Amino acid sequence: MGGQGAGEQVVGEYGTGVHGALLQVSDLRVEIATRRGIVRAVDGVSLEVPSGEAVGLVGESGSGKSMTLRAIIGVLPPEARVTAGQIMLDGIDLTQLSNAQLNKIRGPKIAMIFQEPMSALNPVMRVGQQIAEGPQVHLGMNRAQSAERALELMRRVGIPDPERRFRSFPHEFSGGMRQRVMIAIALSCEPSLILCDEPTTALDVTIQDQILRLLAKLCRESGTSLVFVTHDLPVVAQVCHQLAVMYAGKIVERGTVQEVLTEPSHPYTLGLVRSAPDVDHPRSSLVAIPGSPPSLISPPSGCRFHPRCKFAEEDCTVIEPSLRLLDSGRATACLHFERCLEAVRAEGADR
Amino acid sequence: MSTQQAVTADLQPSGEAGPLLAATGLSVSFQLGSALMARMRHEAHVLHAVDGVDLHIERGEALALVGESGSGKSTLARALAGLQRPDSGEIRMDGKLLPARRSRSDQRKIQMVFQDPYSSLNPRMTVGGMLHELLRVHHIVAGNEVESYTRELLGLVGLTEEAVHAYPRQFSGGQRQRVAIARALALRPELLVADEPVSALDVSVQATILNLLQDLRAELGLTLLLISHNLAVVRHLCDRTAVMYLGRIIEVAPTETLFARPRHPYTAGLLAAIPRMTFAAEGDAPAVQGDPPSPLRIPSGCRFRTRCPLAQPICEQEDPALTSSASDPAHSAACHFAFASVPPQRRPAVDERTTS
Amino acid sequence: MSAISITGTAGSPESSPQAGPAERAQPRRRQWYRQPALIAGLAIIGVILILVIAAPLITSYNPDAQNLQATLSGFSAKHWLGTDQEGRDTFTRLLYGGRIDLQVAFIAVLFPFVLGTILGSVAGYFGGWVDIIIMRLVDIVVAFPFFVLIIALVFVLGPGERSIYIAITLVGWVSYARIIRGEILVAKRQEYVLAAQSGGLSNLRIMGRHLLPNVITQAIVYAMSDIVQDILAIVTLSYLGLGIQPPTADWGTMISDGQNFLTTHWQLTTIPGLAVVITGLGLSLIGDGLADLLRPGQ
Repeated sequence: MGGQGAGEQVVGEYGTGVHGALLQVSDLRVEIATRRGIVRAVDGVSLEVPSGEAVGLVGESGSGKSMTLRAIIGVLPPEARVTAGQIMLDGIDLTQLSNAQLNKIRGPKIAMIFQEPMSALNPVMRVGQQIAEGPQVHLGMNRAQSAERALELMRRVGIPDPERRFRSFPHEFSGGMRQRVMIAIALSCEPSLILCDEPTTALDVTIQDQILRLLAKLCRESGTSLVFVTHDLPVVAQVCHQLAVMYAGKIVERGTVQEVLTEPSHPYTLGLVRSAPDVDHPRSSLVAIPGSPPSLISPPSGCRFHPRCKFAEEDCTVIEPSLRLLDSGRATACLHFERCLEAVRAEGADR
Repeated sequence: MSTQQAVTADLQPSGEAGPLLAATGLSVSFQLGSALMARMRHEAHVLHAVDGVDLHIERGEALALVGESGSGKSTLARALAGLQRPDSGEIRMDGKLLPARRSRSDQRKIQMVFQDPYSSLNPRMTVGGMLHELLRVHHIVAGNEVESYTRELLGLVGLTEEAVHAYPRQFSGGQRQRVAIARALALRPELLVADEPVSALDVSVQATILNLLQDLRAELGLTLLLISHNLAVVRHLCDRTAVMYLGRIIEVAPTETLFARPRHPYTAGLLAAIPRMTFAAEGDAPAVQGDPPSPLRIPSGCRFRTRCPLAQPICEQEDPALTSSASDPAHSAACHFAFASVPPQRRPAVDERTTS
Repeated sequence: MSAISITGTAGSPESSPQAGPAERAQPRRRQWYRQPALIAGLAIIGVILILVIAAPLITSYNPDAQNLQATLSGFSAKHWLGTDQEGRDTFTRLLYGGRIDLQVAFIAVLFPFVLGTILGSVAGYFGGWVDIIIMRLVDIVVAFPFFVLIIALVFVLGPGERSIYIAITLVGWVSYARIIRGEILVAKRQEYVLAAQSGGLSNLRIMGRHLLPNVITQAIVYAMSDIVQDILAIVTLSYLGLGIQPPTADWGTMISDGQNFLTTHWQLTTIPGLAVVITGLGLSLIGDGLADLLRPGQ
């Protein structure tokens, strides 16, 4: 739906130009076949990840953020498939590659870390071996070399006593340590892009803090790009420079983290920001977003958010807005974003 | 009598000035596996989930119990609610000692709302069925009033009559939590214990439940014990906060005081570790280093010393008790240097060796 | 599926939910007819049941009536499947035999089901000594091969229907107990059980009204395959002369009697044998179909 209008210009989005972007997703669509109909889990998502930067992808459950990530690295569940769009990594369109070809890329060029380290790590394989496996397969290292590399990686991600821990099994590690192991595995073949699917959601606050700083540091020091998916807005602010907000399979807002969080230009983002209690500024009452997320099989007409939006007007029920550029590289998919910005500024003045 | 009046009727302050609930020296432990295997691994055979806790809850207040995994907060909450038998210590309600096996009338005075909205409702019972059963078994209202009272309860939490004949699977997560809250309120409890009531919900839905809890407190004068790992939620909702670490309460204070001037290094670290929306944390050094020690191998002396940037030799020898200063008796902390006028030297590099 | 609409006295109004959980509700009820195994099984058993129930309408012979003039006759218009060595009509005996065998099997599966469920619930819910004792009992019974134990018990108790019931109950309860105990061990950790306990509901009530409805489906599925085993047991016992006593017609005795004439009148043994197989097949298919249908999750 929306045809060409649904996609938008990708050139010069973040001021880096096409050539500066490591990853370029254009008008990606992922559909899942279910008994009840076709679920349009990702419906026209375009994203650019510059080299060496961390881009956050924020949304609640059902927004399509995890599916987007999986589509990029090509590990969609069997019922799901990419029906349109391109994923350009270093000039190659990943959607056109076979699984065998993708396997060569996974590891050396692109890696992923998951939410539940216990299920993402092989419980019966020693941790050191799991980290060393990638270099053995992709970089052709022998056992000794890959073991050395694994130890080096373990040190880099902050696993204490790596020589002893090399021979440990995942269940002997705490949650935070397992997450570090996963990061080490992801780094093992020096990929240029790491996809992170809610990596700290299952961790305690203090451990989350450690992992987030580690990821930010790795991104800075080794120039690895990150795509960081989470539902937790403050978390994204810790690691990412750029931020895209997803709702019902579409991106509704994009910009730098500071811009989007301090001056949201889409009512959904505004709702997210307002409904989360702020530890530093307690509000008297939280403003919840009324209603619930829409069905992805038959989404509402026009703007998908309109049934829950307090700024909604007639045209919102009819026209499906596409992302439009604002100044300074920001983009929003709201027809009446000015009203949203006004409301934000009025609130700011009150405080 | 409206539901609100009916529920508050039982909540009139008693003649006594004491706290609604007071626990002293409470300990809960679990036996683990084989004693032999544990000894071979140099681990304790018994897990002390809650290790000597004193806590009191005043009528009408909202107390938060904060901690990370392994702190014992859920176990403590369940022990207070009578769902977990403590090994030692006592729990008194309005001064009266509660025995290990509570009577039905005592049991109903403390009700719980659980974290997981998907497993806390019986999938085979309708919402109406659940509520009717509770109302009838405890004779809360006369037989012919059960149906109307059920509807009023549902109205109190923002659900309509349609919910009466519905099964839990027809509801979303937020709605299920509302049902769970209605169920807890059905017995007209004096204390509502909410164990991470919003952690499993989407952010936008969390707000509705938090608002609901806030409104219920205001309307019914409900006393609330909130267990949470999310300090932002705690600050929003609770008057007083207690912080737990490895089975002990290490700091208690009115919420605002705790946030403004934490006295225990762990609390300070916890507050610093919370990600903020408005700025990215500076530097690579995390707020709290290292991993928490395994609860089976609790460090000697102060249990936090292995991760504490202020640890001194005395911390290894003496286990600090929860004390307060004369100037601010409402604020207590379990640290040798909690109220020291001059903070001790920071250790240059904290050992990251974990003890697990 | 009616959506649940909400208006709030507290907080903002929520519109009708369409999210995931609401969609999960329908599958079970609507889709039973889409299970091929279930349909096939029901069809087979349906036909068999109709035949055996309507036996008096289908055949006018008395299954016990001997006709020594017409012994061992082959297929004929008068006797569709011929007669046995005492002149009794085979077809009639087949139908009436089916009646007895199926009836005994269906009833026999109930007692172990009930006994096993009760013991399993108690063991799983209370744990501790009760659990240990019951599980040791299970271990003892399980140590013996099923058929050996049944045969031994019937031998000791004396042949006949009553002994069959007793033997099957004493031996068959263990499978149900194990299944139910396992399910209860998992289910009792669910928070709704804690909630019921905190609501001051008695243990009996929680076990019966809250836990059991959630765990019973596994036992029901198992019961289907158990009936097959019971039919085999009954037929075997009768074959050995320990079960249904002659002259009452039943498939086991028919198979046993007809053995001697296998070369000349094969239908006397083979047809009842086939009946056993087909019935077993039908019941197994129902069991499979039910298992698929009641399997939790997608």
